Amino acid sequence: MTIYIPTPLRSYVGGKNAVEIEAGTIAAALAQLTEANPELRQHLFTGEGKVRAFVNLYLNDEDVRYLPAKEDTSVRATDTLSIIPSIAGGTAR
Amino acid sequence: MATPVESIPLPELTTDDLSRYSRHLILPEVGMEGQRKLKAARVLCVGTGGLGSPLAFYLAAAGVGTLGLVDFDVVDASNLQRQIIHSTKDIGRKKLDSAEEKLKALNPALNVVKHETMLTSANALEILGDYDIVADGTDNFPTRYLVNDACVLLGKPNVYGSIFRFEGQASVFATADGPCYRCLYPEPPPPGLVPSCAEGGVLGILPGLVGIMQATEVIKLILGKGNSLAGRLLLVDALEMKFRELKLRRNPDCPVCGTNPTLTELIDYQQFCGIVPETKEEKRLKNGIPQMTVKELKQRIDAGEDVQLIDVREPYEYQIAQIGGKLIPQNDVPQRLHEIDREREVVVHCRSGARSQKIAEFLKQAGYPNVANVAGGILAWADEIDPSVQKY
Repeated sequence: MTIYIPTPLRSYVGGKNAVEIEAGTIAAALAQLTEANPELRQHLFTGEGKVRAFVNLYLNDEDVRYLPAKEDTSVRATDTLSIIPSIAGGTAR
Repeated sequence: MATPVESIPLPELTTDDLSRYSRHLILPEVGMEGQRKLKAARVLCVGTGGLGSPLAFYLAAAGVGTLGLVDFDVVDASNLQRQIIHSTKDIGRKKLDSAEEKLKALNPALNVVKHETMLTSANALEILGDYDIVADGTDNFPTRYLVNDACVLLGKPNVYGSIFRFEGQASVFATADGPCYRCLYPEPPPPGLVPSCAEGGVLGILPGLVGIMQATEVIKLILGKGNSLAGRLLLVDALEMKFRELKLRRNPDCPVCGTNPTLTELIDYQQFCGIVPETKEEKRLKNGIPQMTVKELKQRIDAGEDVQLIDVREPYEYQIAQIGGKLIPQNDVPQRLHEIDREREVVVHCRSGARSQKIAEFLKQAGYPNVANVAGGILAWADEIDPSVQKY
C-alpha cells in the first residue's frame, strides 16, 4: 500500500512524500514504517503506543477511527493511507 | 441548503450595484436574489494575513455587504511575499488600516468593521455574534480552537483554511449537521512539536490558493448553492499540484458539538494548548539549559572569553544572516559531534531560540557538561545588538 507522508513529517522519512509498504493491516503497515524510520514513532504514537490525538489516519478517504476494525483493518496493495496532522498556519508573521 | 442570511429582509440593489455585479446577475445560481443576499451578508475574517488577504479581497469584490476584520498586527516586510492586501508603502502600518484602504478602494460601498484586538475567550462571543459566517485565517492553535468553539456555541459556520510549506487544508465546520474542528482534531499538538509558518516557511502562493477556496465556500454558504465542504476535508499539495478529499464525520463524543457536550462555554485556550506563561526562573533556565541573553553573549565575546558558538540553522538561512557561529544544521549535529569540543562551554543559537534549545538539550543528554542556549536567537541579536543583521 501507499502511505502518504505530510510535509511536517517528511524529514523523518528521508524527505519522501509517499512510502510503499507491503503489509496485511494498517497497524502492520505503520509498524513497518516506524521500524524503518524510528524518529517518526514519537510523532505518530504516544508512549503507550496509541495514535496521537492531533494525528488523523485515513484509509483511502475514510477516517480509520470510524472503520469497524480500526487499525486492524486489512489492506490491499492498491489502498492508500494518509497521515493528516493538524497544521495551524494562516496569518503567519 | 439553508443560508445563514435567509431570514433577514434583503436590501435592494442600486443602479451602481446592477452594473458592478452584472456577471453575477446573469448567473442563475446568483441572480438578483443571490446578489441581495451577498449585500445583506456579514462575514468576519479572523486575521488579515496570508489567508485573510485573498479572502477579504474576493468577498469585497463579490459584493458581501459587511466585512469584519480581526487583527492587531502591523505590516512587516516579510509579510508581503504572500499577504497581497498590503503593499510596500504599508510597512509599519496597522494591518487593519492597510486592509480597509485596499478593500474600500476596490468596493466603496463595502462596510468594513475593524476589530483591533486579539480574539480571546472574553471577547470572542461578542465579536463573532455580530456576523453570519466566520472565516478562520489564524496562525495558531489556541485561536483555532477558540474560533471553533465560539462558532459551535453561537451556531455560526466556520470556514476553515490552514497552510504549511506547500500543503493546505480547507473545510467548513460547525454547520447545522456537520462536524467541527474538534471532531477532526480533538486535541492540539504539544507546543513546539508542529512548526509554525514562521519556523517552517510557506510558499507565498499557497495561502492565495487556500484563502480563495475559503472565499468560495463563504459565497456558497451565503447563496445557499452547491455542495459545501462541510463534512469533507480538502487537502492541497502545491508542489505535486494534487488535490485530495477526505470524509469528515461529526464525532458523537465531541466535547463541544457531540450528543452530550461537556464544553458549554469558552475556556482558557492557551492552557488547553499547553502554553504556560514563562516564569522568571524559566527565563534563566529552560529544561535544565541556561538561557543566555544576546547582551550577555555580546559582552562575553567582547571580553575575549572562549565562547564556542554553534549555529544550528540551515545553510540557506546562514546565507541570509549570521553572527559568527559555526554552522552545523540541526539534523547534522548527531553525526558531527566530533566537531564540537566537550571541554569548552557550548553556546547554541538559531533564528529564534527554539531549535537551538532542542539541540542544547540533545547535547546535554549526549554528555556535554556545559551547554547554553541563546534566548531569542538571531532575531534578538538584530533587535538588541546589531540592527544591520538581516531579520527574516
